[in-house]
Amino acid sequence: MKIHEYQAKEVFRRYGVAVPRGFLAQTADEAEDAARKLGTPMVVVKAQIHAGGRGKGGGVKLAKSPAEAREIASRMLGMMLKTHQTGPLGQKVRKVYVEEGLPIAQELYLGATLDRAASRVTLISSNEGGVEIEETAAKHPEKILRQTVDPAVGVLDFQGRALAFGLGLSGGTVSKFLDFCRALYRAYLETDASLAEVNPLVLLKDGSVVALDAKMSFDDNALYRHPDIVEFRDVDEEDPIEAKAKEYDLSYIALDGNIGCMVNGAGLAMATMDTIKLVGGSPANFLDVGGGASQDKVTAAFKLILADEKVRAILINIFGGIMRCDVIAAGVVAAAKEVRLGVPLVVRLEGTNVEQGKQILKSSGLPIISADNLRQAAEKAVLAAGRS
Amino acid sequence: MSILADSKTRLISQGITGATGSFHARQMMEYGTALVAGVTPGKGGSLFDEKVPLFNTVAEAVKQTAANATVVYVPPPFAADAIMEAADAGVPLIVAITEGIPILDMVRAKRYLEDKPGVRLLGPNCPGVISPGAQCKIGIMPAHIHRPGRIGVVSRSGTLTYEAVFQLTQLGLGQSTAVGIGGDPVNGTDFVDCLKMFNADPETDAVIIIGEIGGTAEEAAAAYIAREFTKPIAGFIAGISAPPGKRMGHAGAIIAGGKGTAAEKISALRNAGVLMAPSPAELGTTLQEALRRGSKPKQT
Repeated sequence: MKIHEYQAKEVFRRYGVAVPRGFLAQTADEAEDAARKLGTPMVVVKAQIHAGGRGKGGGVKLAKSPAEAREIASRMLGMMLKTHQTGPLGQKVRKVYVEEGLPIAQELYLGATLDRAASRVTLISSNEGGVEIEETAAKHPEKILRQTVDPAVGVLDFQGRALAFGLGLSGGTVSKFLDFCRALYRAYLETDASLAEVNPLVLLKDGSVVALDAKMSFDDNALYRHPDIVEFRDVDEEDPIEAKAKEYDLSYIALDGNIGCMVNGAGLAMATMDTIKLVGGSPANFLDVGGGASQDKVTAAFKLILADEKVRAILINIFGGIMRCDVIAAGVVAAAKEVRLGVPLVVRLEGTNVEQGKQILKSSGLPIISADNLRQAAEKAVLAAGRS
Repeated sequence: MSILADSKTRLISQGITGATGSFHARQMMEYGTALVAGVTPGKGGSLFDEKVPLFNTVAEAVKQTAANATVVYVPPPFAADAIMEAADAGVPLIVAITEGIPILDMVRAKRYLEDKPGVRLLGPNCPGVISPGAQCKIGIMPAHIHRPGRIGVVSRSGTLTYEAVFQLTQLGLGQSTAVGIGGDPVNGTDFVDCLKMFNADPETDAVIIIGEIGGTAEEAAAAYIAREFTKPIAGFIAGISAPPGKRMGHAGAIIAGGKGTAAEKISALRNAGVLMAPSPAELGTTLQEALRRGSKPKQT
């Protein structure tokens, strides 16, 4: 789950990660008021959307007076902010965060995330702050410093020092940076985060270390033990169909094509999408109905696929393991009747009780196109999508 | 012979009395697996299905039954604890089926396992392991699609493993062992571990490896294959059509920061001498072709 910058900074505050003072504003009036309360000669007005790259897209602006903060906020609120992470339409700005301007001496990067190869959390740092860290990692891997954290002992002092000296820090800033690393790790650990990123992390002229930006996302599997984090959920930022899918415990990702897919298992679902592409078609979605696909789930999945107006054909690919093909076929028939299916439906069933399953599809009276293997199923779906 | 699961396997099931656990316990016994005990805290002293003794702790179950493997169906919030309990009891093989374990729980569990050198974890979020020749199944895969034989299967995905096994069986190619290593970002046994075991197993003639987008496990496998693997090997990577930044169902299946793409993985495996299937519909025939070409196939 992703959250906004102002929410990530709220989490940071709880764990003692230094952040600038700031106020959330949903109207231009509130923005002006926030700037006045901050009382600094300069404030920063920052659009709150879940995508990164806001600065380049015009979503971060400096204001020299409360009146200017008001003016900027009135232009920003309601605009469609386009960044490299939003997609071509952009994301509507519904809130801005107004923050105190700070005397910045240096910009750095610090992030905590999982190092999959080590199966441990790793701290990543660079003195190329404020820019795309992926770009730095690709072009100048030597400028990326890493320290992998042993979960038994947490961030050790020497690890923080290694990062600090590697970044060229000196004097009192070293121990302040160390405190910052430890606090960030604690915030990551205790909220079951999957990412805690500070870009830029700034050194102020007085030597203090502050998170100028904050980005956090969380492990969905651990949200059950963090009701305070779940409260940060902002449905305005989510794809409405993907949000609906979550309610039914379906894994759905919207794509650009016109062939709706329903598959059991994530690997087979990806393989099905791949096969559609291979035979010249384009999948409209990734949809994993899971191992125990009940009739209710199949019906919900149908509705999700059909909610996408681009869909011209549906391909169902089920490998019945523990789940029997006859049960799945009955579910498909019932669901297709219930939703009054208007596009061609190609079904490939394999596995336990496959013959009974195929018989149920055949005798249903529905115009179901059946296929014997994965490739044939994809070809038939592409053909059907072209016709309808 | 086979790898991981064989006729000497004496299995415990943790979470045997839950809905999933009990269903699969019966399925495993029906297939022929020696299920010698169940563990459900608070139900120790009673019997499952009037024949399998239940214990409160794994340590007790091991002591009483000389079990040497366990399968974990415990719900996600308690699964990491169940894995560590089994490790503490010294169970040499822990197969974790549970899907949805918090990642940081697994980070801790893996750290705990580092101090237990004789203990191997398979999974979590995996279908388990099956050796058809030994009639030993530890997990949730549909047993009837398997046939005894000499092909090893190793995969990150459940149903795609079934697809591979099914295609092999249809071509008359039975399996020595089929292993699902799971789709989570933090897991136990990896591709390299399985490939080493298959390489050393005299009853495995060839292997099919099935990976997917995300992480670098396939690249590590490719490096190992290039270095040491000697048998014919075919492969497939799922997710060539997946867009970056989107998690494809499995917690581990995501292309992030331009890394973990299918194209990179396919090229790494191909360069290592793996004959790559052009589509998931050709997993079986590609393995057949790899076998025909003999030890590690030359690329065309």
